[in-house]
Amino acid sequence: MAEIRLENVAKAFGSFTAVNGVDLTVDHGAFFVILGPSGCGKTTTLRMTAGLELPTSGRILLDGEDVTALPASARDIAFVFQMFALYPHMNVRQNIGFPLKCQNYPRAEIRRNVGETARLLRIDHLLERRVGGLSGGDRQRVALGRAIVRRPKAFLMDEPLGALDSEFRHLMCGELRELHSRIDATTVYITHDQLEAMAMADRIAIMNQGRVEQTGTPQEIYDRPRTMFVADFIGAPSMSFLGLRASPRRGDRSIAVDGVPVEMPEMLEDRPEGKFALGVRPENVSFADASRLRGQVIGAEYLGTTQIVTVTTASGQIKARLPSGKAVHIGESVGLALRPDRLSLFDAVSGQALQSALYAGGQHG
Amino acid sequence: MNLSVTAHSVAEPTARSKRIASFVVVIYALVTILPLVWIFLTGFKTPPDSIAYPPKILFEPSVEGYVNLFTTRSRQTPEFLESLPPPQTWYERLVRSRNMVIGGPSKVVPRFANSMIIAFGSTFLAVCFGTIAAYAFSRFRVPLADDLLFFILSTRMMPPIAVAVPIYLMFRNLGLTDTKLGMILLYTAVNVSLAVWLLKGFMDEIPREYEEAAMVDGYSRLRAFFKVVLPQATTGIAATAIFCLIFAWNEYAFAVLLTSGEAQTMPPFIPFIIGEGGQDWPAVAAATTLFFIPILLFTILLRRHLLRGITFGAVRK
Repeated sequence: MAEIRLENVAKAFGSFTAVNGVDLTVDHGAFFVILGPSGCGKTTTLRMTAGLELPTSGRILLDGEDVTALPASARDIAFVFQMFALYPHMNVRQNIGFPLKCQNYPRAEIRRNVGETARLLRIDHLLERRVGGLSGGDRQRVALGRAIVRRPKAFLMDEPLGALDSEFRHLMCGELRELHSRIDATTVYITHDQLEAMAMADRIAIMNQGRVEQTGTPQEIYDRPRTMFVADFIGAPSMSFLGLRASPRRGDRSIAVDGVPVEMPEMLEDRPEGKFALGVRPENVSFADASRLRGQVIGAEYLGTTQIVTVTTASGQIKARLPSGKAVHIGESVGLALRPDRLSLFDAVSGQALQSALYAGGQHG
Repeated sequence: MNLSVTAHSVAEPTARSKRIASFVVVIYALVTILPLVWIFLTGFKTPPDSIAYPPKILFEPSVEGYVNLFTTRSRQTPEFLESLPPPQTWYERLVRSRNMVIGGPSKVVPRFANSMIIAFGSTFLAVCFGTIAAYAFSRFRVPLADDLLFFILSTRMMPPIAVAVPIYLMFRNLGLTDTKLGMILLYTAVNVSLAVWLLKGFMDEIPREYEEAAMVDGYSRLRAFFKVVLPQATTGIAATAIFCLIFAWNEYAFAVLLTSGEAQTMPPFIPFIIGEGGQDWPAVAAATTLFFIPILLFTILLRRHLLRGITFGAVRK
């Protein structure tokens, strides 16, 4: 158990800046997920935390102690690699026992701890097997076993489920989460899969181009995205944006989209006239014949219980999640109603969300 | 439809095409092995048999070649031979029957020892340096890495004889002429470029996660290198060692130039055997046969690694 803190950490490889000033705090016992597209710097951030890369600048603190310059071996953390990195010249028992052997534990103790760990992960029947013949899931369990066997301060996992097929990934998600609670560990977990992140995380940090875009609980990130990138990255399908020109004023409770006033959470800041984008999630869009905000249906995607209907308006495309029972005809003109308390207004140039009651309130609903 | 049938027949050889393939392989093997068998047989012929025409396939085996190889002899008059006490050993009797007496052991044993020391010593050094350098090139951001690698490779680009004179002069000034140390250094220098390039390929194939996992688990980089990377690299190291050994074992030009006595290796020594007492082909063949043996054993010992090593980069990715 440990608190991990990154202070303004940056890493450059030659002229390429992989991580550009990251501040993160991972609390004791938290399951913290860093989520982002490939190349956003999340793996480099994790590797710096582990001590496998030296930051160009910034500080890394483990339980308040500055470990920035310490080698990986002196940090007492465990790292689970995407490709498992099991030693092919050792069997399962030797692989799991390896970290203890590194620290010169007595043989009897290694044996006991390995047995305990293997039982915890339900792989005790595989201990004498070579790792080469194991299935992906079992290899993953062995890799986890190697990480937890010495009860380190923290676990760092770099897309540990990325190499598994999707069905198994789902199962392992649950197991990982359960394991995390059972051994009461601090975990930093990296993924580019938002479903994995949403399902497991206590807190999520979304990274993009070497920076943290937003940190928060899965619900905060989903309901109150701070930037258009986050809004777009999270959710399937992602948030729809309606482009508009306006000069929002503090206290405004509506904004004109294509000349039609649309009700929205109370604005808490003034902005000069400029380009803005109104963001709305598909489940907050419904059809209302009376509405003056109109568009034309151009596509419908059937998903079982719901369907995703794409409507094109003068201000941009908008996706609506509707019950699959509702009859929708391509080409039909429809009126749109947007749920007022869940709309976000973004500066279309900087991508930042404008302050409104949605962000200030913090109420979930 | 037609296309898929063609593709199928390409992918899976029929019994007949397999038979043809194995026939070709057997013929090729026979053709390549024939000179070796000939050398081996010639070693057990008597000198007259060895130069008989047409060549003798069936002959009475004799170890005269080996006796001649391991001894120096001198031809004597029959009167002198009469005056000597009768021969004590089987090989003395054999030499006496050719009107000669044994002067003493020949230089073949020390020359053979030189070859072993120089070839294995330089191979060991080249593989050690090569492994460390290849690991560095593979894992660290070495400044000017590409240029350095090209420089290392470029040392192999010119014919060695082009630098023969400067090397001869350098060796003379350093007092390395005709020393085992000098030859080990020279062959190490030549082989290290090959070793770096071969081993870098193997190191690149070993996922760096292996040693990173070991480092996170409490190993220093050095320990992770020895305990985790080296066991993974044995295949590549074995393959590289064989290539280096074959070069150092067979090298002739520099050995002729730089060694004459103390540090002379087998390749320049074998031609000398011809000169001693006429053209003694069985002795030459016997020397050549012995010369084969170490490399043959070494290759057989490492053959599993060698086969896997050569195809290593080809099959994955």
